Amino acid sequence: MSGTNKSYDPVEVSTLDPAALDAAVTEALTAFAAADSLESLKTARLAHQGDTSPLSLANREIGALPPTAKADAGKRVGMARGRVARALAERQNELEVERDARLLVEETVDVSAPVARRRLGARHPLELVSERVGDIFVAMGWEIAEGPEVESEWFNFDALNLGVDHPARQMQDTFFVDPPDAGLVLRTHTSPVQVRSMLERDLPLYIVCPGKVFRTDELDATHSPVFHQIEGLAVAEGLTMAHLRGTLNHFVEALFGQGLETRLRPSYFPFTEPSAELDFRCFICLGSDGSCRTCGGTGWIEWGGCGMVNRDVFQACGIDPDRYTGFAFGMGIERALMLRHGVKDMREMVEGDVRFSTQFGMEI
Amino acid sequence: MRAPVSWLGEYVEGAPVATGREVAASLVRMGLEEEDLHGGDITGPLVVGRVLEFVEEIQKNGKPIRWCQVDVGQNGQRVTEGTPQGIICGATNFAVDDLVVVVLPGAVLPGGFAISARKTYGHVSNGMICSAAELGIGSVGSDDSNAADGIVVLQSFLGEQDAAKLTPGDDAIELLGLADEVVEVTVTPDRGYCFSMRGIAREYAHATGGTFRDPAAMASAAANTSGYAVQLADEAPLNGRMGCDRYVARVVRGVNASAVSPPWMQKRLTQMGMRPISLAVDVTNYVMLALGQPLHAFDVSTLRGAIVVRRAQAGEKLRTLDNVERTLFSEDLLITDGGTAVLAIAGVMGGATSEVGASTTDVLVEAAHFDPTSVARSSRRHKLTTEASKRFERGVDPDITALAAEMAVNLLLEFGGGAADEGVTDVDHRPARARIDLDPSLPARLIGLPYSSEQVIESLREIGCDVLEPTWSGAGSGSDSASVSAPVSKALSVLPPSWRPDLRNGPDFAEEVVRLRGYDQIPSVLPQASSGRGLTHGQRVRRVLANTLAEQGFVEVLTYPFVSAQSHDDLGLPAADPRRTTVRIANPLSEQAPLMRTSVLSTMVEALRRNVSRGQRDAAIFELGLVTRPDGEPRVAPIPGTLERPDNATLGQIMAAVPPQPRRVAFVMTGDTDPAGWWGPGRPADWTDVVGAARALASALAVELVVTADDHAPWHPGRCARLELADGTLVGHAGELHPKVVTSLGLPSRTCAAELDVDVITAASNVRVQARELSTYPVAQSDVALVVDEQVGAADLESAVRQGAGEMLESVSLMDIYRGGQVGSGRKSLAYRLVFRAPERTLTTKEVNGLRDRAIAAAAAAVGAVQR
Repeated sequence: MSGTNKSYDPVEVSTLDPAALDAAVTEALTAFAAADSLESLKTARLAHQGDTSPLSLANREIGALPPTAKADAGKRVGMARGRVARALAERQNELEVERDARLLVEETVDVSAPVARRRLGARHPLELVSERVGDIFVAMGWEIAEGPEVESEWFNFDALNLGVDHPARQMQDTFFVDPPDAGLVLRTHTSPVQVRSMLERDLPLYIVCPGKVFRTDELDATHSPVFHQIEGLAVAEGLTMAHLRGTLNHFVEALFGQGLETRLRPSYFPFTEPSAELDFRCFICLGSDGSCRTCGGTGWIEWGGCGMVNRDVFQACGIDPDRYTGFAFGMGIERALMLRHGVKDMREMVEGDVRFSTQFGMEI
Repeated sequence: MRAPVSWLGEYVEGAPVATGREVAASLVRMGLEEEDLHGGDITGPLVVGRVLEFVEEIQKNGKPIRWCQVDVGQNGQRVTEGTPQGIICGATNFAVDDLVVVVLPGAVLPGGFAISARKTYGHVSNGMICSAAELGIGSVGSDDSNAADGIVVLQSFLGEQDAAKLTPGDDAIELLGLADEVVEVTVTPDRGYCFSMRGIAREYAHATGGTFRDPAAMASAAANTSGYAVQLADEAPLNGRMGCDRYVARVVRGVNASAVSPPWMQKRLTQMGMRPISLAVDVTNYVMLALGQPLHAFDVSTLRGAIVVRRAQAGEKLRTLDNVERTLFSEDLLITDGGTAVLAIAGVMGGATSEVGASTTDVLVEAAHFDPTSVARSSRRHKLTTEASKRFERGVDPDITALAAEMAVNLLLEFGGGAADEGVTDVDHRPARARIDLDPSLPARLIGLPYSSEQVIESLREIGCDVLEPTWSGAGSGSDSASVSAPVSKALSVLPPSWRPDLRNGPDFAEEVVRLRGYDQIPSVLPQASSGRGLTHGQRVRRVLANTLAEQGFVEVLTYPFVSAQSHDDLGLPAADPRRTTVRIANPLSEQAPLMRTSVLSTMVEALRRNVSRGQRDAAIFELGLVTRPDGEPRVAPIPGTLERPDNATLGQIMAAVPPQPRRVAFVMTGDTDPAGWWGPGRPADWTDVVGAARALASALAVELVVTADDHAPWHPGRCARLELADGTLVGHAGELHPKVVTSLGLPSRTCAAELDVDVITAASNVRVQARELSTYPVAQSDVALVVDEQVGAADLESAVRQGAGEMLESVSLMDIYRGGQVGSGRKSLAYRLVFRAPERTLTTKEVNGLRDRAIAAAAAAVGAVQR
């Protein structure tokens, strides 16, 4: 017979001995602290918190104690287990933080290595300038009008007060469609679009006409037989040259920079009267550098022709010149690109070398 | 047109002393654009020198040079103070004791040519003896063709009398007027009068407030009946205007044939960019430059009969002064001798036979007024632009004819001697100039500045108009007191000056008012535009297309729309292909490319080749632009003329004659589309990239694109996708180019391309997309592999699957295409992933399987598909 009836003295159970408990706790804490990886911590946890660990055994023995001793022993064992559990969790957390940090270091790549998995294309800068100019006018409530590039002589010349004897109608300036008496040309300006608009649209009229135009110039650094213009036309009651100037001032500021002074000079065009040339202050030297390469030292940049729509043009388009007035202007897109972006050679704009367009990206 | 500052000063009194640049700025304000500045670019020391002695040394090349000792006075002495200046000179047209012009070290000659002492031909040359060319003052004699290279000998250049007053060391810059600057301006077509010093000086006076001294303000000999006979016999006036409405003829006899024009005149001619030739020619040129009236000098001894001005007859010929034999056109206005021998094309150029020459002593001076249109047409027909034609085309003052002849006669008499004939011919058929009514408030209304009537009248009078103010009804003549002071007519009555044929209506006068009062006064007022509607749908579509292509890796290019007929062959277009029908340019820049493109692709080829040849082997480019697609029916666009709106029928005809020009977008690519790099190998572009890009364009605009196989040039017949809208409208083609096309165009093999009709896409995308409700219930996937014959298109199969699967099918993706033993030869297996989703519940597996089976059944029925 075993001594089960014998009165049980807890003091006799070694694992419940306070000193032994303390030793077990110390041993566990030491082992946890010594664990230098999550793996060794797991081993230490099994040893000091597992089912066969001294504290687990001690915990199990509490049940066998007489009721009077249970509370006291339970309290001591619980505190010991609590200390061990907290130490474990603490160490576990430390090691996880360490591991996470190490992982990030290990996963480091050289982000400075060049990457171009996909090639991005680009817009042609002339188109971007054209769109930008169009947007400036659309923002003012104008609309963009377009028309054909192979155009009738009447729309291109006669309607604009360029009669049959006008020098521009000669073969040395204009591409004629064969046979020459077909009455068709490659438009020499986008003005025929203005004529079409005046014939077709309701008044008042505020339009800009961007587009490709043609002159019989050989391609060189400053000429191209095919180039781009943007022309504007406003027709309403009471429009004056002051409105023309206001519009062009806004245009210049929006495209080249705020506060640029403008200058109108008298000039001549068959389709406007009075006519003017518009210059603006060189945005590079502001007129202070006699050797400035952008403005040639004059301090002014020639920007385009303009004027009040000639009565004859209104008549050809069926508009009452006594009731309506209007103004018109025209500028070169290539020139804008050359000025704004320092393009030196017209040929680069027409050759289609992808390196040319790519340097401008998608917005200009 | 050039204007020496000193000459301007002669015609404008009271203007402030100004530099060339200041004068140019003044003229710019008046509408004469600055073209250039000449002269005034010599800095001294440039002095008078006397040749004391020289030694001529023959060089190895046989040419002599002279080692000269020149007295340049004390002031000029720079390097060898107190002793004569030793100078090397290559010219030999001077002698000991001649006075010459010496440029000393430290000076700068025209063109930035700096002078320094230098060792040459074994001597130290302390400066240079100057030629006329080096000083920029033209030639020094008339008989030596190399005169400009000769040394300026002041005794002959200035005359013995003037030269005698000179002392060695005198400043030669002032002496020769070399400080005088010459302003060159552009004259617009409406200001013909500014092709004269008289006209430019008038504008300079307006700009500076100086007083204009009219060089034509002089008396001319009265016309009489004893002058040289002249008949104006234009039987075919153009536009009802006489080819010649005034002809003045004056004769000077006994002119010294060897007389040369005076140095001051030679200098002015040279400053103006003309070459002094002989007294008679120089005088006619000088008067033309001064007054703007072109003159012609005939040798009287070559004339047989009356001067007859008439139109040419068929077959007539004239050898003109430029020694070109010209066949005349029947519209040419001619000056003839007795109506038979042709002397000149009126207002353009004279003939060789009647030219004044070295032996001419009797000179007939012609001053005439020719119709601008007649001269312009002759000038253009003969491709002959002359100083005379330039002026007549733009309009010469018809009131100055006799005065110009008078000035020429006086100059001939002064410098060539002889005597003027008593007879003075002036056949004068000038039409009366019309007065024009002007509402004095018009300039203010047009310019936006409150010009008063007084200001308007003052400005118009200043430019030479005769202005009559409104006529007022007499006081007390009206019963109504309010109307007593009311003008009968509010309009001014304006008679423009004779030299301003361009002033025809109110706006013309308004321009004069604002020009005189200053364009800089025009205020800046932003007009309030009527509310615009923004970009059109088509304009927005084009931006989307271009930006989408750029994002897909294509670079935008803008190529010339000109092609050769050969390019149609190179593209392999069939004989009857409508793309062979196009518009031909009558005067192309290159006979190699006289046609307008019918496809955008055709002109991009060169740009692609250029990229490859410049080392850009991986290139993808696109272009958006118009093509010309006439229907082949010849049509003529009427030209109803200016000033009036054509009737609707005529406008309709004009518009119908303009060929259709649809807008296209094309893209072409070669080399790798995904670049190679440290991340791995590149991926060469193939047909999937261009078809994919085309699909992306359609998706970007929410347009459904149906893709089927096609055989269409210039594409590979087995790799050509036909792109259509759901309704079957053709959008375009995409795929790999035909190997033959690639070879004939010199492109890298496997080049891929596409061309789409932007107008079709624009129309198709112009619908409002209606939103689907998005279901939040879970999706159910079902994969299925279908085996079909090789000929069955994936598009047809997918279409059947979609139709069979029904409304619950959310998406279908082709995951794999398998060919091989397992499916048998001539067959392929397409593996699809079907994704189903119901709008308001979770689909059961059974339901999904059922839908999948219906898709399979539909595919079986449509294209004979079998589940694998």
